[in-house]
Amino acid sequence: MELLNQVTQFVISGLATGSIYALIGLSFAIIFNSTGIINFAQGEFVMLGGVLAIFSLNVLHLPLVVAIAVAVAVTTIIGLVFERLAIRPLKNATPLMLIIITIGASILIRGLVMLLWGKDTQALPAFSGTDPISIAGATLLPQHLWIFGVTVLVIVGCRLFFNHTISGKAMRACSFNRRAANLVGISVGRMVLFSFVISAAVGSLAGVIIAPLTMTAYDVGVMLGLKGFCAAIMGGMGSGLGTVLGGLILGTLESLGAGLISSGYKDAIAFFILLLILFIRPQGLFKKGETERV
Amino acid sequence: MKKIVSTAFASIALFCLSTAALAAPPIKIGALFAVTGPASFLGEPERNTAQMVVDEINKAGGVKGRKLELITYDTTGDATKAVQLANKLVKNDQVVAIIGPSTTGDSMAIIPVVERAQIPLISCAAGSKITEPVRKWVFKTAQNDGLAVARIFEQLKKEKKTKVALLTVSDGFGASGREQLKAHAARYGIQILSDDTYGPKDTDMTAQLAKIRGSQAQALICWGTNPGPAVIARNAKQLGLAIPVYMSHGVSSKKFIELAGDAAEGIKLPSGKVLVADLLPKSDKQRNSLLAFIKDYQNHYKAEGDHFGGHAWDAVMLLKGAIEKGGDTPAGIRNALEATRNFPGIGGVFSYSAKDHAGLTKDAFTLVEVRKKDWVLVK
Repeated sequence: MELLNQVTQFVISGLATGSIYALIGLSFAIIFNSTGIINFAQGEFVMLGGVLAIFSLNVLHLPLVVAIAVAVAVTTIIGLVFERLAIRPLKNATPLMLIIITIGASILIRGLVMLLWGKDTQALPAFSGTDPISIAGATLLPQHLWIFGVTVLVIVGCRLFFNHTISGKAMRACSFNRRAANLVGISVGRMVLFSFVISAAVGSLAGVIIAPLTMTAYDVGVMLGLKGFCAAIMGGMGSGLGTVLGGLILGTLESLGAGLISSGYKDAIAFFILLLILFIRPQGLFKKGETERV
Repeated sequence: MKKIVSTAFASIALFCLSTAALAAPPIKIGALFAVTGPASFLGEPERNTAQMVVDEINKAGGVKGRKLELITYDTTGDATKAVQLANKLVKNDQVVAIIGPSTTGDSMAIIPVVERAQIPLISCAAGSKITEPVRKWVFKTAQNDGLAVARIFEQLKKEKKTKVALLTVSDGFGASGREQLKAHAARYGIQILSDDTYGPKDTDMTAQLAKIRGSQAQALICWGTNPGPAVIARNAKQLGLAIPVYMSHGVSSKKFIELAGDAAEGIKLPSGKVLVADLLPKSDKQRNSLLAFIKDYQNHYKAEGDHFGGHAWDAVMLLKGAIEKGGDTPAGIRNALEATRNFPGIGGVFSYSAKDHAGLTKDAFTLVEVRKKDWVLVK
């Protein structure tokens, strides 16, 4: 009975952590889907969300809701400026060059945040209290429900956007074939800009809602970004649902591994899975092989 | 008129030159701190404090009429860099003594350099292996982890709790604490039921804590530096962990209470006395040093002085005392350092000897508890 209780707790904790990874993974997938590049500054967008929310709350003394809105808005603008200044000017750049640029940008953003706000870890107050909630012998915090809720909303939102709006469909078209998309009159440049804006918004939102739980500092983006990337790879960098499942599986395995095997191997588990998937199913767990559809 | 002015200037200039020529050259002291990089939370307050203390000493007329000159370099917490900079201090700057480095790794790396050059080193790092075995030229100011462990185990024994669970961070600080906890447990009749770790950047420790909740442990000892322990405190509250939680001196700052919030209530930890200076009895030997340091730091940097700065305060003040007694040669300083007894510093009351270059007893730590978002002394 005790073991059953423990396992329930491991799974629930794992799902909670996993949905954080899923949300960050989604923001990776959005940019990849329209540009074919992996934005390694994604973790920094997550960090910026948390750090800016705390700054707006503690220094500017804005109410929590406004502080969150400001944080997401400012990060989104940073995402936009980033695309304009660093990605757009490069004509005919290879994906590898663009990826290296995003790595550079991530180091720059981290450094600036460290200079502006220092190196201290800070916490955002929980949105609706810290009284634990009991579910089937395991406990959760109200903040976890916020994370689950926002993740579901973002998935549904993305699905609707990519499948049922002109811009969304245009962005998908760009990811399949840029040249063809261009030929049918889609402004590829604008779609790339859109994808950066959306993914900065999603990333920063993730950063804001997890800040009360995990706390935040200038360097939290690295690990979160890596785990989110892992989730996106598991989902095949594509379908929204695949990435989410990837994140949830990753979080649960980590938690089970830490609880049942040894906590020393927690991060090793994530990277082991990443390597395993890249070897066995580089197209992702839930994606069928490439099919040509015209 | 013009001529008078120019003669006046000339004579003033001459006067300045002559006094400069008459004054003895400053005594050069080297300092290596990890001001940037992952250990900057140690190195930055240490550098600030060392510079502040040296300035104060010079303002008050220096040591035996001679000014001190502090030459500080940033190791960035990189052992290779620490060795290069130590060599630079020895060869180019020709310092008579070195204080720092901030981390155990950096300190261990430069020990061969100072031993070869025969220059005294006062390390500000905590690892007990720096001064065990005793090395002729190496001293340290930061309290050994073993002393903090002893303080926790004593309290557990008093509360008749014999079964504990460990949760330590998987970095140098946690590994050293874990080693000490395991090494001393038997002496206090304490049984370690489980021994888990967490990564320094982990954001959820419920898995480890759920496992501990299901065990027979009567207390949890968690060893780490911010923010991990704050996450553990929050997770423990979330899981309704009913056993008392002990933390290490690695989180003894207001920051921990701020991060852990309500979850910090009731957590006990061994702490250097600087945290609770105003609560100490008047009879405490360190009281005056502590209050002076806190006031000074507040005036200079508009921030609370912490333990880490305290390690540098101790190093500079010990050095000052040694120069007063032993002169300004490396050998004289070393001998005078070794003869230092009952020096009331920030980290504790130092008594070095030929057999002990760490100089502190477990009285350097006092046990504190978080109550109503502040520290209280545990009697």
